[in-house]
This record gives sequence, C-alpha cells and structure tokens, in this order.
Amino acid sequence: MQDMLVQVEPLIPALRRYARSLVRERAAADDLVQDCLERAVSRWHQRRDGSVRAWLFTILHNLAINQFRQSAARGSHVPIDESNEDDFSVAAAQDQKLMYRDVMNKLAKLPKDQQAVLLLIAVEDLSYADAAKVLDIPVGTVMSRLSRARERLQQELEGPSNGEASNIVSIRSARE
Amino acid sequence: MSHRPITEDDLHGYVDRVLEPERQAEVAAYLNDHPDVAKRVAAFTGQRELLRAAIAPVAEEPLPAALNLSRIIEQRRARQPSFVRWAAAALVLLSIGGIGGWSMHGALQASPGGLAALGQEAAASYSVYAPDRVRPVEVRASDSAELVQWVSERLHRPVKAPDLTMSGYRLMGGRIVASPHGPAAMFMYDDDRGSRIVVLIRAMSSADQNAPMTPQSQGDVGGFAWAEDGLGYSLMGRAAPQSLRPVADEVRRQSRPI
Repeated sequence: MQDMLVQVEPLIPALRRYARSLVRERAAADDLVQDCLERAVSRWHQRRDGSVRAWLFTILHNLAINQFRQSAARGSHVPIDESNEDDFSVAAAQDQKLMYRDVMNKLAKLPKDQQAVLLLIAVEDLSYADAAKVLDIPVGTVMSRLSRARERLQQELEGPSNGEASNIVSIRSARE
Repeated sequence: MSHRPITEDDLHGYVDRVLEPERQAEVAAYLNDHPDVAKRVAAFTGQRELLRAAIAPVAEEPLPAALNLSRIIEQRRARQPSFVRWAAAALVLLSIGGIGGWSMHGALQASPGGLAALGQEAAASYSVYAPDRVRPVEVRASDSAELVQWVSERLHRPVKAPDLTMSGYRLMGGRIVASPHGPAAMFMYDDDRGSRIVVLIRAMSSADQNAPMTPQSQGDVGGFAWAEDGLGYSLMGRAAPQSLRPVADEVRRQSRPI
C-alpha cells in the first residue's frame, strides 16, 4: 500500500479539480473523489499496467457519469446559475472571480461529453491516448469531440457575458 | 521541412503543445501564412488558458479530512480484523461440524451426481481459463493474500490456495468462477513445462458434505473430485490421471485440519 500512497496522493488535487469542474457543487464533487479513492484502494492490485493517472481518472469519470445518469433519471438537476459562487475561485480577486465564474458557467452549457474531453485534455493534461482510455472511445473520436467542444465553447465565450436567454446559441451560430 | 499537410488534429496538438518540436514549428509557420486559421487557434489557446486559470484554485484548496488517503487505507485495514475474527469463529464451527459430520459418516456419503457435477465444473473452468494466454487468472499469485481473502469471503469460510510446489506445480493465481451452486474458488498452477492444472473449491449441497476421492473426466480433461466437511474439491488437467492422483492427494492432505 506504500507504493499506492506515493503514486496516488499527489494526484488527489487534480481529481478534485476534475470532479468540481464536472459536477460544480463542492460537497458532491468531493464525495465522488472519496468514492474514487476508496475504489482505488480496494482495486489497487487489480489495475493493469499503464498510467496510474489515467486509471484514477477513469474510475472518477465513470462514477461521475453514473451519477449524472441517476440524477437525470430522477429528474433532479441543480441549475447552473444557482450554484454557489464560492464553489469556484475562492482565492481570486473579485473581477477575476466574475470572469472565472462566467467561463465555468459557459463550459457547463456544453454537453457533458464535450466538457469531459476538454477538461481532461486542456486542464488535466492527459494525452489524447489516455483521454481515449478514460472516456472509452477511439482516439479519432476524442479529436473530433475536442474540436466540437472548442468551437462550441468559443461560441459561448463570444456570446453575452451571462445567458439572458438559454437558447441564444442557435442565434449565435450566425455570428460571422 | 516536410510537406505533410497541416490537419485539424495538428491545430489541436499545437494548442495543447503535444506536437514534436519540428511539427510545432511547421504549424507555427502555417499559421503565420493563414491569419484566419491563426485567429481560431489563438482563440482556442485563449480558452485553454482561461479554463486552467478558472479551475486552478480548486487544486490549491486544503484537502478535506475525508480525502486523506492514509486514512482511507487505514479504514480499509481496520475492517479486516473483524474478518479474521469471523474466520476464526467459522473455523470453530467447521470443526464442530466436522466431528458431527464424521459420526454421520456413511449416512451422508455424497451422491455420485454431486461429485460428477463438481468435476464437470472444474473441467469447464480448466477448458476456459487454462488456454487463456492473456489473463488466465484474475488475481496473481504475487497477491495471494488478497486472493485468499477474496475467495474466503465469497465462500463464507477460510479457503487456502494449496501449496503444490513439492508436487512440481507453482501457483499462478486464481479467481472466483460461477457455478450452479454459487461462487467457486478456482486456483491455477503450472509446472516447468507450462502445463496447467486447476483446483476448484466450492460448497457442496447438504446431501454431499463428504465423499471419497473419485476420478472424473470430461472429454480430454481429467482429474479427481472429493468432498470433505461440506467443501467440494476438484483437480483437473490434461496430464495423465496417474500423475495427477498424487497431486490431488496433496491438495486433500493440506485441506484437512491438522
């Protein structure tokens, strides 16, 4: 278990970051990470060769996806704009804080699979191959999904700073 | 400089800085000549930086106690002694059952059907897992403590992996396999020439608590099966029955309480 401690512990902040970005709410995100770590401890000897980082993100991602499916089935959903503003960027200055919150709210408008690919690659620095493993899709699909995610986020960022209308996206596509 | 055309994937690779240095330079040169594409790539780079900056503070927060990994590992360990205590209690119960069972010896002889079914299950496990070159066992012998704990938990009684090194077989590992009678523990061994055998252990029905060792075969897979104190054992392989018999005797010897 000592090797596990050495290899897993430094990755916990990154796991929290990914969970928080996907589910937004602090307590729910940390619950997911805790669940992930418990599974990692009990399955440490069953993991295959390869990156421990990708293995942990796979466990976490699957837990998050299951939770989304369950809450979608229950019909419960926390609207993005009601999420606690302190869940992000506590340390940032006020104007930065607003900007950061804005980008996270815009990211949240993307489909979950696009959010995931963007977060894993652009924020967590997973290789395209590792991201493909975590998402259980071919690398080609990772690339096309990444491309769609970036285009879509760009549309959102070039839109009004906070969604007055949730269906503004379709109008924005004529931005040129 | 090569003349490979710049692809959409190259542009993302450029944004994520994962290209080889030469390719990175080629994309940079391309962007220099194509300001419209360069604008898009700059936007992607910008959103990448923005996202990273927005999310970064989360990783700086102190970890809550619930995410203390040492504590999670300790909590898992703390659950294990209760299992050990439980296993000791089960051993006492088993030995009481054994004494009672012996006085009933003869009355509770296994039906041939019970052992034959066990032999078939062992032969099926052999046929499926022994030829597997990728993952014949789920838990390797190097993690035998974990393996033994796992199968003991699933079989609800202490089960050891027989040590067959004196018979020329090394433990490769094992797994839980399905049987019509519930979970069964499968241990796999191989010898110096790579020929494999499996030992299957599972609970027997109440009518088959004890049964003498009898030969079993299924196609070209053969071996032995017997039952003691409610547990059924079957050893199967492709080696000649006369060479497997002493190995089966050794498994039986080790399974008996001292």
